[in-house]
Amino acid sequence: MADAKMRSERPLSPHLSVYRLSLVMVMSGAHRISGAVLYFGMLLLVWWLVAASTSPRDFDFINGLFDTWIGRLVLFGFTWALFHHLLGGIRHLIWDTGRGLGKYERELFARLTIIGSISLTVVVWLIGIMLRG
Amino acid sequence: MRSSLRNVRGLGSARSGTEHFWILRLTTVANIPLVAAVVVILVALSGRPHAAVVATLGQPTVAILMLAMLWSVIVHMRLGMQVIIEDYVHSEGRKVVLLMANTFFSIAIGLASAFAVFRISFGL
Repeated sequence: MADAKMRSERPLSPHLSVYRLSLVMVMSGAHRISGAVLYFGMLLLVWWLVAASTSPRDFDFINGLFDTWIGRLVLFGFTWALFHHLLGGIRHLIWDTGRGLGKYERELFARLTIIGSISLTVVVWLIGIMLRG
Repeated sequence: MRSSLRNVRGLGSARSGTEHFWILRLTTVANIPLVAAVVVILVALSGRPHAAVVATLGQPTVAILMLAMLWSVIVHMRLGMQVIIEDYVHSEGRKVVLLMANTFFSIAIGLASAFAVFRISFGL
């Protein structure tokens, strides 16, 4: 009853499709999607921690899964989502101060987030591979 | 003894928006160093045998850091998912169910991971 009324009277923002797609908009979507990926990806970290706490056998089992090609791909994607969301979060903190909202800065932040997140992901994985020898 | 119009009509704000915004920002700031430190630890631990991993995770500084990261990240992710649900799910019933599921999922993740860290630290 109240539900139907609320829906009819509450205004929704203009539909996205009226705007020309820009990189900044794509990055906004990517920030949200990477956040959702990390949300469910936390299951992997929890699984790993619980396995470490229970027995060496459980721990070896999940590490074995992580060591397959699919496992590595998932972890690599998780790392990228993490750095993408982290840099996007820093961008949001800068925006919160009222700075960096201009046309040039917006585009710059979008590019820096892409380049930065890919670079950080690759660097972290290279260090990991080197440490494992 | 009069109810305000916004309550009668079921419109108006829930009066928790500022706190939501603030805690999301607070945990963003906390997450940056905490997640960075945990990434360093996890990379260092990758491929290490169980005994070495448990020995490192059981150190007080590492365990406390891990718990702090989990706390901040889980509060943050719950608020973030709440925004996603509220943006895309307009049916009141489904929205309430998903918001509850979001809270339950976050608490389950938090309890399981905290249990694991404590268990490792105390060598149980």
